[in-house]
Amino acid sequence: MEIIAQEFKHCDLITIKGRVDSSTAPQMAQALETANESGKYKLVLDIAGLDYMSSAGFRALLAAQRNCKKYNRGEVVLVNVPSRIREALELAGFTELFKTFDDTLMAVGHF
Amino acid sequence: MQSVQFIAKFEYLDEIREFVGDIARAGGFNAKEVYNIQLAADEAASNVIEHAYAGVHDGLLELSCGVNGNTITIMLVDHGESFDPSEIPLPDLKADLSERKIGGLGIFLMRKLMDEVHYENRPNKSNVLTMIKRKG
Repeated sequence: MEIIAQEFKHCDLITIKGRVDSSTAPQMAQALETANESGKYKLVLDIAGLDYMSSAGFRALLAAQRNCKKYNRGEVVLVNVPSRIREALELAGFTELFKTFDDTLMAVGHF
Repeated sequence: MQSVQFIAKFEYLDEIREFVGDIARAGGFNAKEVYNIQLAADEAASNVIEHAYAGVHDGLLELSCGVNGNTITIMLVDHGESFDPSEIPLPDLKADLSERKIGGLGIFLMRKLMDEVHYENRPNKSNVLTMIKRKG
């Protein structure tokens, strides 16, 4: 798994590539926590290059969304969600908890 | 059925998914089905590693997988604490963000992705999880 963080004026873009499972989810959770710890709560997660995500990744997303939405200080949005991952997120009822975009600029512009 | 043994560690999840994925693909399951079968196997193995072998560092996980006609069968045997997925309450998928429970999601996905999920607690401390999925 590879994680790249970029700062924008109104939000942060975090690109996650590879596979997120119980082995790598802590690394993703850590990256999101690090953003929160530096006061970043408006996060765009670009997961176009994500091949796989298990429920361990879903749990990390949920924890991040809770923390970001606290006090209305921000939120996590997802962009370029691959179809297999979208289907699993739908099964888990997660698509209602995250705004999703098909275009990175649109997602960044949302904030 | 082909069988393989793993040390029950998260770092082997990649290989576990690859093992069932190769068998499913060779057995004629389509890309979407292969992904879902891999996800179910991952969730099952993750549960064993996290719960059955909680605090155990050298637990063994025996994975068997085979395709017979339209049906793929995945069997996972461990010798850890018995753990019956059917006793885990289903997550409330309608709960809002603050009330959403973090556990139970893996088991829920296994049940949704596969046609059948059976759990058996055999003597000699063997837990056997069998999952079955049919094509189409």
